[in-house]
Amino acid sequence: MYTKDGEDYFVVDAHTHFWDASPANWVAGQEQYAKGWIECFHAYQGLGPAETHWPIEKFQKYSEETMMRDLFEDGHVDIAIFQPTNLRQWYTEGFNTTETDAAMAERHPGKFIVNTTWDPREGDDGLKGLEERVKRFGCKGVKLYTAEWRGDSRGWSLKSPESARYLEKCQELGVKNVHVHKGPTIWPLDKDAFDVSDVDHAATNFPELNFIVEHVGLPRIEDFCFMATQEPNVYAGLAVVVGGLMHARPRFFAKVMGELLFWLGEDKLIFGADYAIWEPKWQVEGFVDWQMPDDEEFGDYAKLTVTAKQKILGLNAARLYDIEVPEKLAPKKAEETSPVGVAGS
Amino acid sequence: MTTVAARTVSEAVWAALGTVRDPELDEPLTDLGFVARCAVTGGDAGATDATDAAGAEVAVQLRLPTYFCAPNFAFLMVADAHDAVSAVPGVGRVVIELIDHFAADSINQGVAARAGFVGTFGDEAADELDDLRADFLRKAVLAGTDRVCRAVLAAGADPATLGRLTLGDAPASADRERLRDRRRELGLPSTDDAPLVLDPATGNGVEDPAVRRHLGLARLTRVSQEANSGVCRGMLLARYPGTQAIGQVGHTGESGEEQRP
Repeated sequence: MYTKDGEDYFVVDAHTHFWDASPANWVAGQEQYAKGWIECFHAYQGLGPAETHWPIEKFQKYSEETMMRDLFEDGHVDIAIFQPTNLRQWYTEGFNTTETDAAMAERHPGKFIVNTTWDPREGDDGLKGLEERVKRFGCKGVKLYTAEWRGDSRGWSLKSPESARYLEKCQELGVKNVHVHKGPTIWPLDKDAFDVSDVDHAATNFPELNFIVEHVGLPRIEDFCFMATQEPNVYAGLAVVVGGLMHARPRFFAKVMGELLFWLGEDKLIFGADYAIWEPKWQVEGFVDWQMPDDEEFGDYAKLTVTAKQKILGLNAARLYDIEVPEKLAPKKAEETSPVGVAGS
Repeated sequence: MTTVAARTVSEAVWAALGTVRDPELDEPLTDLGFVARCAVTGGDAGATDATDAAGAEVAVQLRLPTYFCAPNFAFLMVADAHDAVSAVPGVGRVVIELIDHFAADSINQGVAARAGFVGTFGDEAADELDDLRADFLRKAVLAGTDRVCRAVLAAGADPATLGRLTLGDAPASADRERLRDRRRELGLPSTDDAPLVLDPATGNGVEDPAVRRHLGLARLTRVSQEANSGVCRGMLLARYPGTQAIGQVGHTGESGEEQRP
C-alpha cells in the first residue's frame, strides 16, 4: 500500500513480466529477431527517467530478487498480474511463459496473479491446453496477441468462429478478463496490430467477459476510445501510457489521460507498469503526484481526484480480478462515475 | 519544388525529402529525424543551375524509431522518398536505403525494383497501401480540423456558428493550408467556400447538432497523432543517442544540426 498526503493507494500492477531474453536463450538462426525484440523493448525504457535505465545485459535477464524488490519493496505494488508472451519461435525456453510466471508466483504466495494465453490457430489441442493451464494455475485472465505471425498466417481476429470457441471456453472456465495487445507494432505487416474493431465485435457477443485493451490501441487511441464508449465491458490498459508518456512527454500524457477520462471514465482505466520495461516506483509515485495542468490548452479536461487515482492504480483491477482490498478502500455501492463523452451525451 | 534554379541540387534534394511524410504522423521525414544520411555526389551537385548538372548521384539512408516499426509504413516512406528525390532536376541515380529494420532488405530491393508492396512481400501482403494512406489522410484531416477550429474560436467566433462557416472564414495560417492540402489529396472540397467542418469519409459538411461531437473526435484524433509522434521521436532519440538528425546537407554528406523533440 502506498500512502501519500494521508491517502492510501492499494496498487494492482496489472501488467508485469519475468523474462529471459539473454543470448543463451536465443533460437539458432533467429538471433536477429530475438536481439531486435529485446533491444526494441530496451529503447522504450529510454522514455523513463534516466536514473531508472538499465544496462542491456541486466535488461535481457534480471533475477527474481531484483523483480521482487523493484515491485514489492521499492515499487509500492500490492498485487501484480503476470501477462505472458511466449515467443518460442525466437527464444528457446520462451520469452515469458505462463509456466515460468506460475513457478515464480508459487514461490511468493499472495503476490501474483498468473494469466495465460491462447491462439485460435491451435484448434482443439489449444483448447485442451488452455483448460489444463487454467485449472493448474488458477488463471482468471488471458493475454492475447492478435497480430502474432504463425507459419503463413500474419495474425488472427477476435471475430473469427475459431476465436469464439476459445472465448466460450474462457466464459465456461471463469476466465473473465481478456487482455488484448492493441498497441505499438511488433510483428505486423499490412495486418493492423492496433485495429480494435474485432474487440468491439467480441465485447458485444460476450458481455460477461471483460476486454482490457492493452496500450489503449496506441497509436490509434481515437479508434479505441470511440469503440470503447459503445461497449460497457471494454477497459483501457494503461501500460505504455504512463511509462512511455508521463515522464518523456508530460503534455501529451495529460492530453491522453484527459481523453481517456472523457470518453471512458475513471472506472475503466487499469494501471500497469509493464515491468521490466519500466519500474513501477516512479510511475506510482509520479501518478499520485500528477494533476491535469492548469493551462488553457488543457481546459477541456477534468482534474483528477484522489478517488479516481485510487481506482486507476488498483481498485478497478481489483474489481475485475476479485482481489480483496483493505476495508477502508472498498468501493461503496453505486459509486461508478459515468464519463462525459459517452455516446449520445 | 518550384524554385530549384535558385539553389543547389543538394538543397533541392533535401527539400524534396521534406515533402515526404510519415503517413501516420503526418510530418516530414526531415523534421522527424528519419533521414540518417543524405549524400549528393558526382554530376554537378553544387551547381545552382540545375539544368546543367549532369546527373548527380544521391544516396539516402532512412532510419526509424524501432527495429519492428510497421513495414507497410516503412515501405511507403522509402518509396515516396525514391519518387520525390528522383523527380529533382539534375539528379541521376538514386539509392534510398532503409537501415536497422527487420524488413530492410526486402523493402530496399522492392523499392529499387519498383515492385510495389504486394510484389515485394508476396502472399504476406494482402493489398497495396492506397487504403492505408487514405485512412491516415482522413485522420490528418480530422486532426487539422481541430487545429484550425481552435484558431477560429480564439479569434472570437461563437462555437455555435462553426457548422455554418467556410474554410475561407478561418484565419489564414499554415495550419489552414495544411488542412486544405490534405483535403485536396483526398478529393474533398478544399476551396475557400467549402464547409469548414466536414466529414472526411463523405465530404459532406457537418452541421449542428453533430458539430460538437465531431470536434470532440477531431481533438481526440489530434491528441493521438501528436502523442504518437512524441513517442516516435523519443524512441528515435533513445535508439540513436548522441547522433544528430541532419538539418541540412552539404555537398557530399552530413552537416550536423541537432534536432531534439
